[in-house]
Amino acid sequence: MTEARTAILGGLRRTAAAPGPMPELPVRRFDWDLDERLDRFQQALAAVHGEVHRVGADWPRVLAGLLQQAGAANLRYGPGGPLAAALTAGWPADGARLVPHDQAVEDCRGDLFDATDAGFTSCRAGIAETGSLVLWPTPAEPRLLSLIPPMHCVLLEAARIVSTLHELMAAEVWGGGLPTNALVITGPSKSADIEQTLTYGVHGPARLIVLVRDERRRA
Amino acid sequence: MSLSSSPFRASAAAALGRDRARGNIRRAMDGLVAKRAAAFADAAELERLRDQGRAIRDYALSRLPALLEQLEERCSANGIQVHWARDAAEANRIVVGLCRSYGTDAVLKGKSMVSEEIGLNAALAAAGIEPVETDLGELIIQLAHEHPSHIVAPAVHKDRAEIAALFRKHFPDQCATVTDPGIEALTALARRVMRERFGAVRVGLSGVNFAVAETGTLCLVENEGNGRMSTTAPDVHIAVTGIEKVVARLEHLAPLLTLLTRSATGQPVTTYVNLISGPRRAGERDGPREVHLVLVDNGRARIHADPELRETLRCIRCGACMNHCPVYARIGGHGYGTVYPGPIGAILEPQLQGLERQGELAEASSLCGACAEVCPVRIPIPSLLNRLRFEHAAGQAVPGGGRPGRQRWVWRAWSQLHASPRLYRGMTAAAARLRGLLDGPLASALGPWTRTRTPPRVAPASLHVLARREGFGDD
Repeated sequence: MTEARTAILGGLRRTAAAPGPMPELPVRRFDWDLDERLDRFQQALAAVHGEVHRVGADWPRVLAGLLQQAGAANLRYGPGGPLAAALTAGWPADGARLVPHDQAVEDCRGDLFDATDAGFTSCRAGIAETGSLVLWPTPAEPRLLSLIPPMHCVLLEAARIVSTLHELMAAEVWGGGLPTNALVITGPSKSADIEQTLTYGVHGPARLIVLVRDERRRA
Repeated sequence: MSLSSSPFRASAAAALGRDRARGNIRRAMDGLVAKRAAAFADAAELERLRDQGRAIRDYALSRLPALLEQLEERCSANGIQVHWARDAAEANRIVVGLCRSYGTDAVLKGKSMVSEEIGLNAALAAAGIEPVETDLGELIIQLAHEHPSHIVAPAVHKDRAEIAALFRKHFPDQCATVTDPGIEALTALARRVMRERFGAVRVGLSGVNFAVAETGTLCLVENEGNGRMSTTAPDVHIAVTGIEKVVARLEHLAPLLTLLTRSATGQPVTTYVNLISGPRRAGERDGPREVHLVLVDNGRARIHADPELRETLRCIRCGACMNHCPVYARIGGHGYGTVYPGPIGAILEPQLQGLERQGELAEASSLCGACAEVCPVRIPIPSLLNRLRFEHAAGQAVPGGGRPGRQRWVWRAWSQLHASPRLYRGMTAAAARLRGLLDGPLASALGPWTRTRTPPRVAPASLHVLARREGFGDD
């Protein structure tokens, strides 16, 4: 194997030309105010079948209502996540059953794949240009929580919406290092592999519900 | 080499007889062209992005060995195990070896064109390991025992009725309840079938869209979620990629992702952009326990050695060149008889497989230039086609050597006429004098060609004669 490595790198080196210059890459960003970022985020996400709801402090109640309409009997969430306390405190007594997701996947695979109606996560940021969510899964809110359940529910803080992915990468210095898994999610799972016709919920969630909490709504 | 032995001619001839597939492909291509155009409404922005895309890929290719070493070092520091493969056989041995070491009898596959290039499915099957294609399009063609006809939309040549028939044959139990062959029902069926495998198979395999040297990150883009499933749910993730897919910095992904998804399908972004920088760490509750990266050369270092042909390696596999190609729209991917079809295939495959075997693919173009106009990284495909045509022709002992009787005679005469100034001048003088014949008695000699075209008219005096009259010498 080191033999292959030596051969490939040696071959590339023998014919290497002078390295070109590092490309100039001004950060692509837009000076949109919060309202415009919110509007653009909502429009872009709606265009790919994502569902956006603007919420205030009573967001757990709003979410419970949406799950009830969808006929979801349970919601899996990370009890160590940043929003867990608010979620459980504000959850109505007649809401869908809250299921703590706090085991390794090996110990809950069956439940996660076959008995979960919806998953809830926080998210790191929103992208106004494309209506995207940026998730850095953590031990408290692991990767599969946003993938396996047929509905993925997310709470996004409006102030966390930036104009472009490029702006976020530069501001947070992603080049300095990333977690084991970082995700940009834009809408529910979809495919156009049959006759170029879009269908939703192929292998991932069929519905993506985004609650955008705007701190200014407290007044 | 005789015409009948040319792999391209045979596949193209066969493809021209498949009217149903040709209709399906044509409809899809027209749709994709329109979607891309709408996604790049701002022409100035598009050209700026293409400049950036080209510069980013050129920079990476100009420092390829150093970046590959950096990628290996950062991946290793992140816990990703890096393997190197000189050719397809070596790559397959590595993957099969890994699968055996984990004792798996099946592998969940995300979409990967490199795995098609190296013939991985056949190698796995020969080792008794079932390759499970999870992408809907790849699943369809796997059931049909075919190969992708498009690098982004593998089953683009099939329509819903054909797919429904395939599913009924292969999943009779699941289909008992499906009476409606609608697209939603077919997609839902694929979801049910695959869900069982996602929960159970312990090794996943994927391609890579970009490998970031700076951070040791594998970037994968997809819409269905099967790519995330295959790389997240199993205990082991094996990523297979060509050595040219490396980029220097994480920030370089921003313009490349925009170019890739808009060029491919007209989407501003795919549903999932999946950045993988290592296996599950202590404390994490899911994700693969081991991640392997197999770096495949398979002819790329040889292409890299030629400064002009190296531009081929800028490709980010968006498929826009085939969507816009008049030849591809007529014969489809299977008409090329190669893993990579369309204009990019016509320059890449002769380089990967050699001009002796695939040189004729460079003829699979009208040189209309549409491919170069839409290429997000500005690969000059028509120039490279010309270069390969020249080399292919130069490699033949006799001009027109690969052609049948009458054509061979015409090309030889053409070549001799143009090689001798005296003969050439005599020919142009004769043509000028006899030009009246072409309009009259000889018009029908051009045959069917003039049925839909205006016949060319020979000028009364050649450019040579005109230049001489103006006082120019032979220099």
